[in-house]
Formats: sequence, structure tokens, C-alpha cells
Amino acid sequence: MASIRIPPVLRQYTGGARDVDIDGTTVGVVLDRLADQYPSLKSHLFDDGSLQKYVNVYVNNQDVGYLKGLDTPIADNDTVIILPAMAGGSI
Amino acid sequence: MPTFDEILTEARKSVGEVDVRAAEGLLPEVAVIDVREKNEWDEGHIPGAVHVPRGYLEQRIERAVPDRDAPVLLYCAGGTRSVFAARTMQEMGYSDVTSLRGGFTAWKDSGHRFVVPRTLNPEQMHRYSRHVLIPEVGEEGQLKLLDASVLLIGAGGLGSPAALYLAAAGVGTIGLVDADVVDESNLQRQVIHTTDRVGMSKVESARQAIHALNPDVNVVGHEVRITPENAEEIVAQYDLVIEGSDNFDTMYLMNDVCVKLGKPDITSSILGFEGQITTILPGEGPCYRCVYAEPPPAALAPSCSEVGVLGVLPGIMGLLQANEAMKLILGIGEPLSDRLLMFDALTTSFIELKLRRDPECPVCAGIGVVERSPALAS
Repeated sequence: MASIRIPPVLRQYTGGARDVDIDGTTVGVVLDRLADQYPSLKSHLFDDGSLQKYVNVYVNNQDVGYLKGLDTPIADNDTVIILPAMAGGSI
Repeated sequence: MPTFDEILTEARKSVGEVDVRAAEGLLPEVAVIDVREKNEWDEGHIPGAVHVPRGYLEQRIERAVPDRDAPVLLYCAGGTRSVFAARTMQEMGYSDVTSLRGGFTAWKDSGHRFVVPRTLNPEQMHRYSRHVLIPEVGEEGQLKLLDASVLLIGAGGLGSPAALYLAAAGVGTIGLVDADVVDESNLQRQVIHTTDRVGMSKVESARQAIHALNPDVNVVGHEVRITPENAEEIVAQYDLVIEGSDNFDTMYLMNDVCVKLGKPDITSSILGFEGQITTILPGEGPCYRCVYAEPPPAALAPSCSEVGVLGVLPGIMGLLQANEAMKLILGIGEPLSDRLLMFDALTTSFIELKLRRDPECPVCAGIGVVERSPALAS
């Protein structure tokens, strides 16, 4: 079971949940199951099966783009962070 | 009881002395230590010398000369205090310590070059005394801060604490870019503004606060929205940028312009209870486009005016930005480059994510280490 951290801007699609626990052996499987659970999240994560360019995913603080992408393996107790680009300094 | 002359004679038996001509031959391989008092040092010293007053010798010499076997040349005004200082260093285990016969007076009288250091005036010495006391800052570091110029993009939530603390720290020039006026709803977090300045331009309000805090600081106001047309001209005037805007257009514009001009860009964003910050060092670490090539669509870019933000959060993140700026100016510590630091106010926890340069980055690919502004240490 991996813990997926939902960023503030996407929590409107997860009913406010900050962390969601999901079973799965790879990043792709875990994110697919997350999108199944919260369907309105899907278009914000994926573009034609790939991660959106403005969304990064980190497993144990490492960017999966430099690991094996969506095929990056997930072990029990791994932390998965979904992090879109973020702006906002409250001018 | 031994007399002064007897103690000096005894010390001279174990301490080697050289005259000015021989000392010249030792440079530059030897570490030159000036053991005089500060007022003497301020009037002129041998180029390249390090100042370690004799009264602090035991406490500070290990920092100045970590290697006990390194050759060291000590001097004072006339060559007496440096003999005693050399004796002390020998007792501490330094094996190659020499004293300059005739001291700085002989050096100067024989026509050798010396430098007169820039110094803080007495009021500055008092105001910045807590900085001067830190060895990593000291008088020299404080002078760097006074010479430095920082551009703040936004005099809002992040810019407020950053501007106040940088001004307090004596950063000599603070540029403020903001076209907005103070609104009552800003005051929950934008601590540089006040209730009686609601309706005033944020730049003017911030200028008043900064001058009340530290009249030494030169505040340069840019009451405009930063655009691709004016960004380069504005950024070029400063050593580094603290980016605290509320939108992706400005954030990406600052990234691109700072990379082009070789200026560090310390960028942070905040929302709700969470903030993130990274320091972009052009040519050295990843830029924002290495991490996110494109900004997200508008639907995923809500502003604090829509979603809200905990008042203390920009205080924390803005001060982390100010801390990054201080380190870059002073040339100390490790910048937050190659790293994205996330802060969650609800759990009071930090997460650090590893960032990498993208060899195909549309903005910074192929750019080598950029020479920084002369005011910034390497």
C-alpha cells in the first residue's frame, strides 16, 4: 500500500483528501487506480496516456521522470507525491 | 618575577623573525596574520593579510589557519606583540610560525604596498553588530550586504517579510515591482503594509515601512506590471531576484529573463497551508522550465484571492527566500538549488524533492556557469 499525496490544487477532485492510500506495483497502476477512484482527476494527470507536462510525480522524493516513468516500481510504504507547477504569492 | 624584557627575550629564543625583505620572499605561500587591534587594521594592512587580533588569537586562529603545519607570518605594529602571538601559536602546536621584525611600520616605511580596508561607520557597526559578531558574516560580509541589490517581484505576502528582513539586514538596494494598491484584505498577511495606508500604492507603502526601519536602504520603486517588454531592463539593474508573484506568466517570465541575464531567481509559491521554494542558479542548477516545461491551464492556477492562504505561511516562505538571498550575497552555505523545498503548515513538516537539469530544456540547455554579478560572491 503506497501513500499518494494530493497537491492543494487537485484536492477539489478528491473530496478534499490530502493523502490517499492505494495498492499497486508501479506508479502507472497506482495513478490509474487513483483516477478510477476520482474520475474528474484523470484529465489533470494524464494527456493521452502520458503524464501531463505540468505534473511531476515523485517516489520517495525522486522524480519518476528520471527513474522509469510510469513503470517505476512501488514498494509498500513508499510515498508518492503528485506535484503540478504551482504559482501564487498572494500579491 | 621576570621583567617584560626578560619575557620578550625568552620568547624571541623560540620564535623565528624575518625582516621586510625576507618576508616579501615568503609571500604569497605563507598565511599572513595581522594581530593588531581593529583601529590599527582599519588604517591599513598588508595585502592579503587576515585580521586576528591578539586578544582573540587562541579563539580564532584555528579558523584562519586550520593546518598546524602551514607556514604563518605574524605581524603587529612594531614586531613585539607578534613575537608573543607566535609563541602562543607554537604552544598550540603550530610548527612554522615567523614574526615580522619591525612590523607594519617597517613594511610601510620601506615603501611596500598596503591596503586600507573599507569599514562600517560607528553607527553601522552598532546597528549591524549581531551580524559582525558572526564569523561567517563579519564586517566584510556586512559591507557586501550594503553593496547588494535585490529585486522583489511583488510587495505582497512573500515580498513583505522578505523586504522587511532584507532591509533590517542592511541590503543596500531593494527594488520593488508592484502595480497594486494596499487593500484591507491584504493586511492579514502582508505585514509591510498598515491599516492607515490602505489605498496607497504598495510600492510607496513598502518604501515608508523600509525607511522607518532602516534609512540606509535605497528603495527603488517600479510601479508597473512586469512584462516581456520591461522585464530585462528592470532585472538587469539588480544582483538577484526574489519572485513572489501570483501568476504563472510572471513566474515563467522571471525564470526566462533571469536565466538569460545570469541572475539567481529565488522563487516561491503558496496556497492554503502549503508552500514551496527553490533557488534557480542559471547555468548551475535546473531552471523552472527544466522541472515544468509548460505552465498548467488556468483552471489549475487558482490564486490566493480565490482559494485563500494561511496568514503566517507567506511569512515563513518569504523569509526562506530572504535567507537564500542572504547566503548568495554573503557567499556562504548551500543554496536551495537542485532542490524544491515543500512546507506544510498543518503538519509543520518539510519535504525536499530532488530537481534535475533537463538537457533539452527550452530555456537553459547548453548554458554553462554564468558569472554572477560582482556583488555576489562565487
